[in-house]
Amino acid sequence: MIISYEPDSFPPAGDPVSRLGRRCGMFLRDVGRGTLLVLQAFAGIPRALAASRGDIGRALGQCGIRSFGVTSTVALFTGMILALQAGLILRAYGQEMRVGYLVSQTMFREMGPFMTALILAASVGAAMAAQMGTMKVSQEIAALEVLSINPIHFLVTPRLIAMMLMTPVLTVYTDFIGILGGALVANTQLDVSWTAYYDNVKFLLTGREIWVGFFKAWVFSVLITGISCFQGLSASDGAVGVGIATRRSVVICFLTVLITGYIITRIFY
Amino acid sequence: MMVELVNVYKRLGGRNILNGLSVSIDRGETLVIVGPSGTGKSVTLNHIIGLMAPDRGSIRVMGREVPELSARELREYRSKVGMLFQSGALLGWMTVYDNIALPLRERFRMPEGKIREKVGEILAFLNMTDSAEKFPNEISGGMQKRAGLARAVVCDPEIMLYDEPTSGLDPVMSRKIDALIVSLQKRFGMTSVVVTHDLCSAFGIADRIAMLSGGQVVEFGTPEQFKNSKNELVREFIHAQFSIHIQTGG
Repeated sequence: MIISYEPDSFPPAGDPVSRLGRRCGMFLRDVGRGTLLVLQAFAGIPRALAASRGDIGRALGQCGIRSFGVTSTVALFTGMILALQAGLILRAYGQEMRVGYLVSQTMFREMGPFMTALILAASVGAAMAAQMGTMKVSQEIAALEVLSINPIHFLVTPRLIAMMLMTPVLTVYTDFIGILGGALVANTQLDVSWTAYYDNVKFLLTGREIWVGFFKAWVFSVLITGISCFQGLSASDGAVGVGIATRRSVVICFLTVLITGYIITRIFY
Repeated sequence: MMVELVNVYKRLGGRNILNGLSVSIDRGETLVIVGPSGTGKSVTLNHIIGLMAPDRGSIRVMGREVPELSARELREYRSKVGMLFQSGALLGWMTVYDNIALPLRERFRMPEGKIREKVGEILAFLNMTDSAEKFPNEISGGMQKRAGLARAVVCDPEIMLYDEPTSGLDPVMSRKIDALIVSLQKRFGMTSVVVTHDLCSAFGIADRIAMLSGGQVVEFGTPEQFKNSKNELVREFIHAQFSIHIQTGG
């Protein structure tokens, strides 16, 4: 059963080894349940697209349009900080014109997907966990089950579709805004001309950087949706339980994005 | 026998909630389950609907052993059972009309014309036509329960489960909900299982009453037999309810 309506209950574990064993067991159980949830959500995609209830549009608006403001600000300043820090070091070697190359590579390969994923995990993912958690503790999820409506197909699948579409789009947007921020600093504080900066951005920027960035963004979107929805659907014990589920969803998303990001980079570069 | 629970045991949070519970309900009958808090009344309903599985024992509904049903069989079984949740459990982003239409759209994929007809009929029966386009947070608790009731019965279930249908409602609204339960019972001939603390409600709607204590049935009979029970727990429960009514009334 992916969604459980029974509280976890185990006999008290006395020694630290038993407690550690229990924690490991529960971690593996949750990983298994979360994976099944994501697989079920994928299985519901054809039906969700055919039904076109409008909830995919709502979810797209929530994870896309509402995230543009914060994404733009974070991306702009990330690019500016990168250009400033790297530019000051490069200037010591008379290589400040290379700053465009460094900013573009860093944004496309790592910072773009990473920053976008963190923003989405903290805003959209937390909102998903809180909404699912509230629905769980107020018996709305149980009501859907009783009505023979699969809560995963009905609630998780539209969010998964929206996140899979919007995260790569937002990531590319973040990349370009970051590069623009870098250009502003390079031009105004490092005396690098727009043309030199632009030439360096193009230099060595291949399709590979772009596609790996896209792939990372897609993986992160699935992870954030799966973790957030699973944590929300596992909530119990009223408002306190919803708070715990939301906090846990953000923390797990951050750690998973970080670790997965490293693994993907290691595989492709 | 429409519903039959035999020797059901369930342990939750380190406590034995159901402790060898056995109860049976005939077709078309209204059974009211009463008892103090934490004695397993709502857990019993969750077992009948298949949201929880027993540790031991048999739960047979309409000739099927519920804990042994596959996911697909469970979906099919649930389409014949309706449930009114304590809070109404309406989806907050949908209007009352869309909430009631939800199972018809998602489960039965009915054409919109037929949905309009069915939902309109049930809204008229429950005197809720004016609230059709309102959202759950725009209507009172009593109306939310009626909307939840409408959503539960719109698919013509054979069995209706009510979890505390009058909790949190004033006495006037409570009696209205009781009257609705009786009229739905008469109109659709459903088998009903009602969990409540409210003995006024129980005496008004029950064919038989079962009292739970310690996860077991300690009294089972018609409302008249229940009122005249010699069981100490039952007498204490009845006395407590009516003494509270006298105190609050005086």
